[in-house]
Amino acid sequence: MRISNLTGISAACLAVVFGATFSAQARDLTVSAWGGSSQAAQKKVYYEPFAAKTGTKVLEDSWSGGIGILRTKVQGGNANWDVVQVEADEAILGCDEGLFEKMDWKALGGKDAFVKGAATDCAVGSVVWTTGLVYDGAKFADGPKSWADFWDVKKFPGKRTMRKGPKYTLESALMADGVAPADVYKTLRTPAGIDRAFKKLDELKPNIVWWTAGSQPPQLLASGEVVMADAYFSRALAANKADGRKFKVVWPGSVYAIDFWVILKGTPNKEAAAKLVTFMTRPEQQKGFPPLAFQGITSVEGAKQVDAAVQPSIPTYPANMQVALPLDVEFWVDNNDQLNQRFNAWASK
Amino acid sequence: MPAAPSAPLGGRQLKQRLRRIQRRQALRAFALLAPLMLFLAVNFLLPITLMFVRSVDDPDVRRVLPRTLAAISNWDGLALPSNEAGAALLADLGAVENREDLSRAANRLNYDINGFRSLIFRTARSAGRIDATHAMDALGALDQRWKDIETWGAVKRAAGPTTSFYLLGALDMKKNAGGEIHRVGSERAVFTLVLARTLWISLWVTLLCLLLGYPVAYLLATIPSNVANILMILVLLPFWTSLLVRTTAWVVLLQTDGPVNGALRWVGLIDQPLQLIFNRVGVYIAITHVLLPFMVLPLYSVMKSLGPTTMRAAISLGAHPFTAFLRVYVPQTMPGVFAGTLLVFISAIGYYITPALIGGADDQMLSYFIAFYTNETTNWGLAGALGVVLLMMTAVLYLIYSRLAGGAGPRWA
Repeated sequence: MRISNLTGISAACLAVVFGATFSAQARDLTVSAWGGSSQAAQKKVYYEPFAAKTGTKVLEDSWSGGIGILRTKVQGGNANWDVVQVEADEAILGCDEGLFEKMDWKALGGKDAFVKGAATDCAVGSVVWTTGLVYDGAKFADGPKSWADFWDVKKFPGKRTMRKGPKYTLESALMADGVAPADVYKTLRTPAGIDRAFKKLDELKPNIVWWTAGSQPPQLLASGEVVMADAYFSRALAANKADGRKFKVVWPGSVYAIDFWVILKGTPNKEAAAKLVTFMTRPEQQKGFPPLAFQGITSVEGAKQVDAAVQPSIPTYPANMQVALPLDVEFWVDNNDQLNQRFNAWASK
Repeated sequence: MPAAPSAPLGGRQLKQRLRRIQRRQALRAFALLAPLMLFLAVNFLLPITLMFVRSVDDPDVRRVLPRTLAAISNWDGLALPSNEAGAALLADLGAVENREDLSRAANRLNYDINGFRSLIFRTARSAGRIDATHAMDALGALDQRWKDIETWGAVKRAAGPTTSFYLLGALDMKKNAGGEIHRVGSERAVFTLVLARTLWISLWVTLLCLLLGYPVAYLLATIPSNVANILMILVLLPFWTSLLVRTTAWVVLLQTDGPVNGALRWVGLIDQPLQLIFNRVGVYIAITHVLLPFMVLPLYSVMKSLGPTTMRAAISLGAHPFTAFLRVYVPQTMPGVFAGTLLVFISAIGYYITPALIGGADDQMLSYFIAFYTNETTNWGLAGALGVVLLMMTAVLYLIYSRLAGGAGPRWA
């Protein structure tokens, strides 16, 4: 009797141990995006209206990128996300590795309904975002206008913050060194070009504070820790709206890229996930997004319908796009590993 | 259980029954332990084993380029391989059906040489159109890099089934096409430096914790218990707050216009704000704060068991109170000191979030890189190898330490 009791307890413990480790339960449709002001806006214009319209509950999670996380989720057989907002390099790598379901382009309205580069086999563009020079308009009456000014610590004394990593940082350094935006990746594809970028970074190194999370630069600017930032425009513009800041963004020399929606392979909620993605890429839904998030949208039709007052603050505004540099995703897929290693070796010295 | 038969038992039968009962008891004890054992196996042994396996496992290129690898298996790496190798590569790439496998193999080669990923995809796209009789020339015409010996060296290094590529990489070393091991260039050598830095930061944090924790533990052990309980809550308070919250709180406190700088300026100690954050100082402050309880608690538990009598005896025999403290009290607390320093040091080695948020770019510790390669680039081989290096280093230090600590420190058995 006692023994069978014990066996029962052991079995229960076993169930707990294994249950916690391996269980895959039925769950609600879950979407994971990048948090912050952007996800708050997505909730308002996408998730909540979708739930209200279809009666499908939408759970939210947030993450900050990394193809490794997606690979673990899909190959571990315990993917607790269905729809994920990914960066362009993750969209490419994940599609190549078969981590995503294929998109149903018929349901999405055809690839031509989206801006260039926003339509791939397993991903559809969600937002167009920009990173570049941001400064506090309350501190400088006549603020910096270019990356050369960002490097000019005599004219604009004080610390600057840049992303702790080579991506966007090397691009900015080359532009500060006089490379035209159109030639940046051509230069970076040569070893001499990479040396040149790091040499330029050497000049500014003592004055750089590095950021890791997108929420840091507006805080660092607001607290006066730094006077300029190489950071996401949307966060700065959202802080202007929410906290009454006077952050200014410099469009010339900014870098823009597209984020994507993907559906993780093998999800039990595939149908609902596809419906949600379709819903989120409709022009009539997308047009409400830029006024809240200050990010561009991917629907060609939707972009035309965005509130005219907001147009000049989003990356897809023609005057902004003309002076900006599109992120070369293929370059970063090839070089991310080794340039990161080199960046870290450089930063450690 | 049925009642025992009433007939008297012989010696042998008695022994048998005793053994049976003992066996049952052992089984019962094991049943109680089984969940714990299983938990340990699933959550500790398995991940560590997998980490070791990952750091040497190299299956991806074998799967996609079997003919190429066979063709260059005897290649000496001194000159370009023969045309046969080029033809085999074209045949392999032309025959790939599973794009996922190709992607894995391309990634693996890209870890070795920058840009190899797009080179593989580009070559695969044209593989069907190239004439195999002049394969090497055609490959060279398609892309200059196929004329480079090191390109083929990278393919050979990825032959598998096991590899030393990741472990060597974790120590900033690499094999060239000819199989000789050499150090990578200084622009890429980062891990040995980071490992040394990780140990150095952990050492300082441990010393700071000891310096701050010893008096606190002494105070807690010697004052009346009702006051001590309140102070103990203050020591334990950090445990009840999330690590992330505590770290962010330090960002607020230590920033240029933060309260710490404000207070120092107000009392007139400094004119210009000190740089307390995004550098090593901030890292030391924040990690020490987080790990302090791990030092105070073991010290406290040892000190609590020591009465004041030995100190009194020493003083009554003529020792100066300070000498008595140093020569009588401190030696008795050594087990606590050893346990505390060990706990703090080993916890500090694995720190990741705090240096990431409070440190500068040159304050990152090894776990930052492990997380980077695990999450961002899926270079799990290198992540595993870095983990192995860290584990080995910790084990070696632990062995040296327990030898030094002698009877006072924790032992293996």
